Amino acid sequence: MKKLMLGNEAVARGAYEAGVMVATAYPGTPSTEITENIAKYDDIYAEWSPNEKVALEVAIGASIAGARSICSMKHVGLNVAADPLFTVSYTGVNGGLVIMVADDPGMHSSQNEQDSRFYAMAANVPMLEPADSTECKELVKEAFRISEEFDCPVIVRLTTRIAHSRSIVELGEREDISLREYRKDPGKYVMMPAMARARHVEVEKRMKRLGDFSNQATLNRIEWGNRDIGIITSGIAYQYSREAFKDASFLKLGMVYPIPEDLIREFAAEVETLYVIEELALFLENQVKQLGIKVTGKDVLPVVGELSTGMLKEKLLGQGPEPGCSTEEKVPVRPPVMCPGCPHRGVFYVLKQMKLTVTGDIGCYTLGALPPLGSMDTCVCMGASIGMAHGMEKARGREFASKTVAVIGDSTFIHSGITGLIDIVYNNGTSTVIILDNSITGMTGHQHNPVSGYTIKGEPAKQVDLVKLAQAIGIERVRVVDPYDINEFEKVVKEEVSVDEPSLIISKRPCALLKGVKFEGPLRINKEKCKICRICMRIGCPALVDKGSHIEINETLCGGCGLCTRLCRFDAIEKAGDLNEKC
Amino acid sequence: MKNVNMIIVGVGGQGTLLTSKIIGNAALKESYHVKVSEVHGMSQRGGSVITYVKLGSSVDSPLVEKNEADIIIAFEKLEALRWIEYLKKGGSLVVNDQQINPMPVITGREKYPDNIIEKLRHMCGYEKVIAVDALKIAKELGNTRVVNLVLVGILARLMPFSKEIWLESIKESVPTKYYDVNKKAFEVGFGLM
Ligand code: SF4
Ligand code: SF4
Repeated sequence: MKKLMLGNEAVARGAYEAGVMVATAYPGTPSTEITENIAKYDDIYAEWSPNEKVALEVAIGASIAGARSICSMKHVGLNVAADPLFTVSYTGVNGGLVIMVADDPGMHSSQNEQDSRFYAMAANVPMLEPADSTECKELVKEAFRISEEFDCPVIVRLTTRIAHSRSIVELGEREDISLREYRKDPGKYVMMPAMARARHVEVEKRMKRLGDFSNQATLNRIEWGNRDIGIITSGIAYQYSREAFKDASFLKLGMVYPIPEDLIREFAAEVETLYVIEELALFLENQVKQLGIKVTGKDVLPVVGELSTGMLKEKLLGQGPEPGCSTEEKVPVRPPVMCPGCPHRGVFYVLKQMKLTVTGDIGCYTLGALPPLGSMDTCVCMGASIGMAHGMEKARGREFASKTVAVIGDSTFIHSGITGLIDIVYNNGTSTVIILDNSITGMTGHQHNPVSGYTIKGEPAKQVDLVKLAQAIGIERVRVVDPYDINEFEKVVKEEVSVDEPSLIISKRPCALLKGVKFEGPLRINKEKCKICRICMRIGCPALVDKGSHIEINETLCGGCGLCTRLCRFDAIEKAGDLNEKC
Repeated sequence: MKNVNMIIVGVGGQGTLLTSKIIGNAALKESYHVKVSEVHGMSQRGGSVITYVKLGSSVDSPLVEKNEADIIIAFEKLEALRWIEYLKKGGSLVVNDQQINPMPVITGREKYPDNIIEKLRHMCGYEKVIAVDALKIAKELGNTRVVNLVLVGILARLMPFSKEIWLESIKESVPTKYYDVNKKAFEVGFGLM
């Protein structure tokens, strides 16, 4: 059967067909749908882990126990999982172990543009890179074979345009793979210095064998065309190059580490001009240059952002786009916004009113940094808000801490915030931390987490009790507040920043997009009562529109959360339908 | 088999992803080679979103370049204006005559351009711009979420697929209990042309 599948969905299918038994992940765009789709297969155990490090450790455990296992994450997640990665490279595997990492060139939904291919090189782990959904499925299956044959984890790297593009996939059957025997083997699995030294030698031997394999693997193929131009490329860059250079010769790499050195030499010798076309850093290019081969690549192409067919045509072939429709009109930008009814909105309104320094974190609430709320000072990585608030206090003193708060989501707090909070308590900090508990992982499309009370398969689970957790690590001041009640919220924040000890404020309200969340229905502005003072506009709700002569509520967007009514001093915002003209 | 390049633009959350899924599946049923490229994540929160659909006998890059789109489907008119450079000369624009203000307009810092539809017609040719108030039609059908199916109905007239294939694809892409209202919306759009 043929199906149109998202790259991520095809990866899930590949895992299923490869007989995977255990799949773990922490959600992160553009990787999330891999594990969401794996969870739909009853034959596979799947979990959202608290973070990528735990996710990889679980997958390693499953692999050593004899099961084929897969662990998925976005590029920055691999930084979190880097610790186990570098050592599982030494221990090797029992059942095959595949690590999926999805890079985000162009930063559609990320805080940096790192090139994860360097992890393969640094950790001595082979890396494959598919160029469409069919390859996503096939390369995942191949990755499991390589993992078991060479006794090592295998990384499969995607980029946004592969992960989030649909193309046609032919479905296959699930392989009948049984658990491998589990054998206690401290020399292989207990990485203390004496054992690890021996294993490192094995790792280097393995990489040599993998280098030979790369030269012969069908994963790397030459597509001969016109020999004036030869192009070495992989992944999405292959697709752009194919479209821009119809007649050129290609060395298309499915295995990007280790590279097939002999094959590259052979290819380079046959073509007149050699290009290396890759997104982001000079990963392939520098390796090819090290072979003493002359290439054109990043001397012409950018290391920043995505490539495109048009860009290749322009920069390498000197063909600019033909003029089509165009507009001189100034088109206002449309940045993302928090949804109407979002529980975070009230929080950031209060923080802005109080003119606090706000160390922020990763999630929908990072949008609190944009106008008109504009109340976030920093955002670095998962969990950083807490440690950074503490660092600011240690640098600038208690007085500064009384004007600073850290803001972090529930899922992000579980991921990497807990240790930061322990640091504050342990090292006599006085920071105030606000957990935005909206009972879900919002930005990535609503995944469950240890606070939400459900597993990835929707089964009920124990919920982390954030209040008890804070008390257990030594925080004596824990407050739970409803962020819709902005007056109460402001009062609580004032009290907590002024005390000489650490405090935790839990802002509790479910995400407005969750199924069970119901509002009263849209509101409207009573033009007779409205004095056009524009206070309501300060919360930045997309349903509230400044028409110049009057303020209006867009009834198709407004759910009726009522936040704006709490700001209006003239009682001018009322339920739509109360006025006759509405009916 | 003629290649057709398309982009679907709108505001995150408007249902552009379902639309591209329906088109993609219909193309597959008609034995086209097809690629669809979507945007997930942050911009789905009310930002400007674009989905690319390419079909033909063979497709390499999943992305449509500037001046390459045979068809643009715009769920919102400012978004039509934003992405109009993607339309090739002689291409068709299906635009939902709906205004959703972006934040700089909401806060009064910038102005929402006037007469967008007129300007688009001027740019691309009068008969090439098909404007429709799909939200109004959807409201009349009792479900504001079927805006996308009205637009798909119009698109169906511009595409070489049979109507049966469209309906099959819709049936497979929407929850069973909403099939009837989605089908109705499609029929209204189909009947407009
Ligand atoms: S706060 Fe009330 S009076 Fe002021 S602009 Fe908004 S609706 Fe009108
Ligand atoms: S009630 Fe007010 S704040 Fe809430 S969604 Fe409607 S307009 Fe926005």
